[in-house]
Amino acid sequence: MSVMKRLSGIVQAKANKALDKAENPADMLDLSYEKQVENLTKVRRALADVATAKKRLELQAAELQSQAQKLQDQAKQALSQGNEDLAREALSRRAGLADQLQNLGTQHQQVEAQQQQLEVTSQRLQTQVEAFRTKKETLKASYTASKAEAGIGEAVSGISESMASAGMTLDRAQDKIAQMQARAGAIDELLDSGALPDALGGGDDIQRELDSTSQQSQVDSELAALKSEIGSGSGTGGELPAAGASGAGQASDAAGGAAPGAGGLDIGGSATGAPA
Amino acid sequence: MIIRILGEGRFEVPEADLPAIEQLDAQLVDAMERGDEAEFSGTLADLIGEVRHTGKLLPPDDFRTSELAVPHEGSSLKEVQTLLTEES
Repeated sequence: MSVMKRLSGIVQAKANKALDKAENPADMLDLSYEKQVENLTKVRRALADVATAKKRLELQAAELQSQAQKLQDQAKQALSQGNEDLAREALSRRAGLADQLQNLGTQHQQVEAQQQQLEVTSQRLQTQVEAFRTKKETLKASYTASKAEAGIGEAVSGISESMASAGMTLDRAQDKIAQMQARAGAIDELLDSGALPDALGGGDDIQRELDSTSQQSQVDSELAALKSEIGSGSGTGGELPAAGASGAGQASDAAGGAAPGAGGLDIGGSATGAPA
Repeated sequence: MIIRILGEGRFEVPEADLPAIEQLDAQLVDAMERGDEAEFSGTLADLIGEVRHTGKLLPPDDFRTSELAVPHEGSSLKEVQTLLTEES
């Protein structure tokens, strides 16, 4: 059987359900108007929810993006340290993030489609509610006339159908938002549990390995510098007095009120000379 | 004939254009029965396009009710199936 006929039957059934409660035509107008306003509020709330869902996806995408960039940088750093295995590890994690990012992109498009449909619904409903309010007052004014009843019936059926249909759009949007939130929650969990490399900081094993390598090479170069100083024999004497002189420098800063950067440098320079 | 596109509004479609719309409706039923998601999506998009193209969007102060309803744009086969089971 025709999809359009069956669907129309469902919309009408929902619309009639909303109508059953009214006792007389005048009450029907007021009741239905109250419902429209209520419905409009719901649509607007759903629009806010969609905006929140969209924002959340954007934040997650930004986090994943920055993590991907970080992994790219780490891969470069690892290569420059000659650690190809580590670079490979960083790049393969980056590929995993790219999948997630693509997934987020698709969801973002879906959220935008929902947002668009809800905006259209909200605008149309708003205009229709206003038109109904005007019509309601006109109909109520002529309510005593027997003819008016037919007019009331028509306006109320029309607006009830629009409300039923808006309600269906709302339900659909809310389902989508719930699905979106569940997926976003799953990504958050993945990020938190470290199943995805930490986009949020925390234990980063690649960085640790890179740091320890660069720390090691820094220690090596400092060691080499020390060795050469000891070899030349003049460095050791200078070290200790210089530390004392920097204390003197701070005291004179406080007293003289000179620019701290410039003062510190000057005093440091003169201090090296003073104890010698 | 007034046709509602869910999430969009009511369109008044001339009787002469109904056969084409009914044809697409029948294709939609067929795609649903076969569970053909791709065919369903394509036909739904065509159907929505046809109603928009041949129909005239009703202004909000026109309170006439519709006789046919088209699912929301972008609806999946499963979504429409779920919607239609509310019938009973």
